[in-house]
Amino acid sequence: MDLNRAIDGLHRAHHRALVAPLIRILGGFEAAEDVVQDTFAKALEVWGREGLPEVPLAWLRRTARNGAIDRYRRQGRWRQKAAQIAAEAPAQVMARALDDAFEDAHLADDALRLIFTCCHPALAPEAQIGLTLRTVCGLTSEQVARAFLVQRTTLQQRLVRAQRKIDQAGIRYEVPGPEQLEPRLAAVLHTVYLVFTEGYAATDGDTLLRVDLCDEAIRLARLVSGLLPERAEVQGLLALMLLHHARRAARVDDAGELVLLADQDRGRWDRALIAEALPLVEAGLRGRPTATYAIEAAIAALHARAPSAADTDWMQIAALYAVLERQTGGNPVVRLNAAVAVAMAGGLDAGLARLEALAGEPALATSHRLPAARAELLRRAGRLTDARAAFREALARVNNPVEARHLARRLAALGGHAAEEREK
Amino acid sequence: MQYLFLLYSDETKNPEPPTDPVAFAEWMAPWAAYNAALVAAGVMRGGNALMPTGSATTLSRAAGAVVTTDGPFAETAEQLGGYYLVECDSLDEALKWAQRCPMIHYGKVEVRPIMPTDMPG
Repeated sequence: MDLNRAIDGLHRAHHRALVAPLIRILGGFEAAEDVVQDTFAKALEVWGREGLPEVPLAWLRRTARNGAIDRYRRQGRWRQKAAQIAAEAPAQVMARALDDAFEDAHLADDALRLIFTCCHPALAPEAQIGLTLRTVCGLTSEQVARAFLVQRTTLQQRLVRAQRKIDQAGIRYEVPGPEQLEPRLAAVLHTVYLVFTEGYAATDGDTLLRVDLCDEAIRLARLVSGLLPERAEVQGLLALMLLHHARRAARVDDAGELVLLADQDRGRWDRALIAEALPLVEAGLRGRPTATYAIEAAIAALHARAPSAADTDWMQIAALYAVLERQTGGNPVVRLNAAVAVAMAGGLDAGLARLEALAGEPALATSHRLPAARAELLRRAGRLTDARAAFREALARVNNPVEARHLARRLAALGGHAAEEREK
Repeated sequence: MQYLFLLYSDETKNPEPPTDPVAFAEWMAPWAAYNAALVAAGVMRGGNALMPTGSATTLSRAAGAVVTTDGPFAETAEQLGGYYLVECDSLDEALKWAQRCPMIHYGKVEVRPIMPTDMPG
């Protein structure tokens, strides 16, 4: 068990440094990943027998290097059985190239190349996420499979398919050129944010066994931010995730129930994360055009800065949502949040009217979010019968059990028929 | 690397080419410009539009004999209507070219790498 944990730790710390040089020298993603997985399998076997070597990284590098040369030799033999001796010379050349490739000087460039390759938009989103977590973050296949509650074999098949596509379709192991950088970086950030939201939504399950995906997403964003410090959208995303993550202890009460932002104990917010995020929000907002993530982070920052829910600067938040609405071309979810912000800033009727206008939106048709938001605003407006109906509609649509219980409590808090009578 | 762009669209909904020669040339202009750009960049290795699937004949094998059937091998919502063969350094470059294909305005473009055949055996 201790050996397993030690190997998981080494996988986490060094997987990237092992696989990247091999991709460059072997010229294939799948081949490189195979060699690294074999290396760790061998470590488990040999170290189980002989104990941990003095410098595990040196052992791993040596074994990976020899594995790569072996593989090369096997291929060479397959290609020209008769010319074995001739194949020796290139193997030596390759050994030297590998020694050079394993130099630490390449680590930063390799990290960036790996991220862009793993998050190539030609790969399926779930494959991008899986590859990024294993290849860039160094999680083991078991850890990634557990984090997404899928079978290890399913995940491995998914990753093998993706690696093969990278090799066969000619997805280059490189950082995209200037004219492609923006859309490709957007794809990277989207993948990082998907990892975060997946972790954010996972409030149940045996969390002790599951890697914290929010932490992984933040670690990834820090890495990208360090490698591309001039990109405002990266700072914006990092800030946004830090601000959301800062609230994690207050989001769920002791009974495991969801607590709304307005009802959260702000003393339980992580002030260190907020302090790290606020300057990043400023940096994020300086980009032109202003990055969507940065605007979302600015909204989260206004919540983080408010001493209490009542002190929230809803006017500013509504203004930021108006910018976001324009920038996202009227994305229905953004419009929904904008409507709530308008209502909270004092325009309750205007906010409700905006929500009514969203009624026909196909993107919101099956979600509980629209009736849930309407219910809250109707409650504020004192229209309790309408609020109750809206809560019931939301309850009929909601899937997540934690959110369903939350809605049921909100509905119950409005009272039953007696209250309805008084209203009349 | 070589890539094949497979151009799919619903052939029953394809825009009808105008019969007037001037209007026809105008209608074809985006395709002519695209072809010229591919050639000028030195990536063009070939390409053609196909006659509608009503002209297709499919051969298959059943009980040891070749069977000839009228029509395409599968009835699909969108049909293969043309192709380009291009030579690019990477998928990114191929996707950049595929994105400029006029088909993108009324159909789909599938990008497939050509299998290298310099392998032994």
